[in-house]
Amino acid sequence: MKLIYEQSVAGRPGVKLPAADVPRAAALPASLLRKEAAGLPEVSEMDVVRHYTNLSRLNFSVDTNFYPLGSCTMKYNAKVLENVAGLFAPYHPMTPLLPTGERFSQGALGLLHELGGWLAEITGMDEVTTQPLAGAHGEMTGIMLIAAYHRAKGNKKKYVVVPDSSHGTNPASAAMVGYEIITVPTAPYGDMDLELFRQAMNDEVAAVMMTCPNTLGLFNPHIKEIADIAHSHGALMYYDGANLNAILGKVRPGDVGFDVIHVNLHKTFGTPHGGGGPGSGPVGVKKSLVPFLPTPRVVKKDDGSYGLETEHPASIGRLANFFGNFGVMVKAFAYMTMLGREGLIQVSEQAVLNANYIMSRLKDLFEVPYDQTCMHECVFSASRQLKQGVHAIDIAKYLIDRGYHPPTVYFPLIVKEAIMIEPTETESKATMDAFIAVMREAAEAAEKDPEALHTAPVSMPVSRLDETKAAREQNVCHMKW
Amino acid sequence: MSDANYCPNTPEEIGEMLAAIGVASVEELFAPIPAALRASSFDLPDGMSEFELFQRMQTLAGRNTQGMINFIGGGYYDHVIPAVVDHLSGRAEFYTAYTPYQPECAQGTLQALFEYQTAICRLTGMEVANASLYDGATALAEAAMMALRVTNRNRLVMDGGVSPFTRQVVRTYLTNLDVEIVEIAPQQGGTDQTAMLAALNEQTAAVLVQNPNFFGTLDDLTGLADAAHAKGALLVASVYPISLGLVQSPGDMGADIAVGDGQSLGNPLSFGGPSFGFIATTKKYIRNLPGRIIGETVDREGRRGYVLTLQAREQHIKRHKATSNICSNQSLCALRGLIFLASIGKQGFTELARLNYDKAEFAKSTLAAVKGVTVVNCGATFNEFTLALPKSADEVVVKLLQSHVAAGVPLAAYYPGMENCLVVTVTEKRTKDEILALARELERAL
Ligand SMILES: Cc1ncc(COP(=O)(O)O)c(C=O)c1O
Repeated sequence: MKLIYEQSVAGRPGVKLPAADVPRAAALPASLLRKEAAGLPEVSEMDVVRHYTNLSRLNFSVDTNFYPLGSCTMKYNAKVLENVAGLFAPYHPMTPLLPTGERFSQGALGLLHELGGWLAEITGMDEVTTQPLAGAHGEMTGIMLIAAYHRAKGNKKKYVVVPDSSHGTNPASAAMVGYEIITVPTAPYGDMDLELFRQAMNDEVAAVMMTCPNTLGLFNPHIKEIADIAHSHGALMYYDGANLNAILGKVRPGDVGFDVIHVNLHKTFGTPHGGGGPGSGPVGVKKSLVPFLPTPRVVKKDDGSYGLETEHPASIGRLANFFGNFGVMVKAFAYMTMLGREGLIQVSEQAVLNANYIMSRLKDLFEVPYDQTCMHECVFSASRQLKQGVHAIDIAKYLIDRGYHPPTVYFPLIVKEAIMIEPTETESKATMDAFIAVMREAAEAAEKDPEALHTAPVSMPVSRLDETKAAREQNVCHMKW
Repeated sequence: MSDANYCPNTPEEIGEMLAAIGVASVEELFAPIPAALRASSFDLPDGMSEFELFQRMQTLAGRNTQGMINFIGGGYYDHVIPAVVDHLSGRAEFYTAYTPYQPECAQGTLQALFEYQTAICRLTGMEVANASLYDGATALAEAAMMALRVTNRNRLVMDGGVSPFTRQVVRTYLTNLDVEIVEIAPQQGGTDQTAMLAALNEQTAAVLVQNPNFFGTLDDLTGLADAAHAKGALLVASVYPISLGLVQSPGDMGADIAVGDGQSLGNPLSFGGPSFGFIATTKKYIRNLPGRIIGETVDREGRRGYVLTLQAREQHIKRHKATSNICSNQSLCALRGLIFLASIGKQGFTELARLNYDKAEFAKSTLAAVKGVTVVNCGATFNEFTLALPKSADEVVVKLLQSHVAAGVPLAAYYPGMENCLVVTVTEKRTKDEILALARELERAL
């Protein structure tokens, strides 16, 4: 499709602006004045509507296609969430920061406070900050809280330990806070190798970052023991909440020895992923870390009203200009309100059931590197198909031709030719059966006609794209005006 | 039971699935979790239907004061949002997709983000931009870290005219790294040029400024850029995108990295989020950019298409050596920004900036005519300006709030010694009548 810039016609006006009801002011000094207007498109409103409507149709999405992208929890995003978020659109975040301003923002502050309380209950933590703007931002915040805790105690710490199955954001977040990374290999039983972990631990370790179930979709039964070992070295336990959908109501990270957690509201709590974001990554902590939480903090006052605490001597400071991705939190809050206690328990139960169902129906054709009952996602390897020269990416592209968004491929990095499938609880058996049938056809095609898989997809507006050329030419901005 | 939970399977289907797996119950699937590790509590309210939810949320939203007339900014601005922005960004094919890892079935998102990157380059006068960061504050922090990498130095000079919230975010990001941050206190609402130049040295990685600054003052950054470059440092400018319809771009003023918050481009106030951060720079620094970047390429048939590119900078490949930990960004908000810009258009965007400037200038002269009120800014302003009142600005703001006018942001909490100062914001949404009413209320409150 043409770029919007390529549809531009000089002089074509866009949408009308409010009337100029004041006199023209004297011009800005020449040194400040823009010499040439920015090269924005000159198109009609209908041009804009057609262009972006047609562009949208080039996408696969949860609303149009089964989207079992592992680790991303692509569940259905209830429509009513969009409606309720709009209710809070007009409120300015500076209002409660004005003197006496809190009383004009009681609804929004109350929502943040109640959401924080629910997240604390769900995760088994004592207090929550809603400031972090995504999962990785929550990780960085959590590791900063841990660093502040150690500093306050006078602990000299240098390392953060992660399993080799961890998501890339875990080591990247720890590195942003200045830690060196120790990576512990995964044992043949699919969890971080306990013995190697024990050996890797030392008194300079600040934190151990884990997700449980891990990125192989497996619950680590030794998690408490790992936490005890970490704590015996004065290290804190960080829980990457990306996989929380598996354990809602079943396990609370705070109960099993974790000290800090982030929650991805855009995964577990049903808010849309927006083509890459916005997310929201609230962080929960145990009591010992509460003094370090960012400001401003929402508090409930003795008279039942809500207020903001803007100063806190031990606080790590601020992670975002205001209170986090509030609109995303409104949606998560609404989702939790609708599902309630029982509904949320059913989420984890049905998510785990769906993933095990898919695993059981495909494991005769696709290698399962760690063959155990999985939690909310299952990880296959295309190693068998590789013998025919068929890679995980070829299977992914075949699925696209069949109308399925591919699972996550090549992650976790420790599984060769990984295919990570997370159906989520919102998919029906019928949808999964159809997907299973297509996956089985892919396995068959890999045996009989590998070439067909190499040419897929053939039904999309573009076929496989030249990524090397993109990286070489670095054409990231349309230069022609 | 009327709780919504969006789990579609019937008891029969669940039974068939359990049989296929070879277990007797769903509970059996949780057997890998030892009993001792099970949740000790899960005390949450009962659920409800969509209808009841909507009523509850209306009640909650209603506890915020309705109809406040905002002369406050402070980083978030009350601008018009054309209806097309909601409708088009509300296309489910956009908002229920995720990061475009599989480009063949994500050309919609990819092309839109390429167009977005183009818009950001054109607005800022830079050569390359990424596909968004979280917000303006974290974008400045990321730019600071990028400058530290590029120069391999460990010292930053930050102007006190950068939003106090943003400065706090930058400091928080850098607390644990071995970085010295020198802050230059502003003078008369503007940069203290002498102190700024004196603070530059051979260890300085970057100068961080905001234009217009927190007081609303505009600055020609050219001299500062030259001075920074002479010491081998980068100039990082945080800019307010709407101002770029009228004000010289950071690129043309010599900035090496331009960042900002995209809220004003088609994203509602929404109590502070979500919006998006943008970051743009010159071609030579592209490999040091954080976050996703979309690049143009061709498919096997030679057709134009778009992909995520230069991913070797990113956490999913480089892990702890990545340029940033960012994974999810704010794509949908960036898309809103793009649709906003496309629908307002080239001429409209200039006009929009002009409207903001004209209305603010009208407000500035009207309010400065109130007895005892003076303008603090040492130079030109865009749509925000700072007034010195004859009494505590806090007191005045409290008084005006009672009639649901948010008169401005008083500076007592952020700039000691400026207790009588008030930053007033006027966007295109404020009418002449509202401005005149503000002047009357102010006069009464003094
Ligand atoms: C296991 C895991 N951890 C962390 C993250 C990072 O979350 P976000 O993308 O919200 O920053 C992800 C997201 O993809 C993930 O899958």
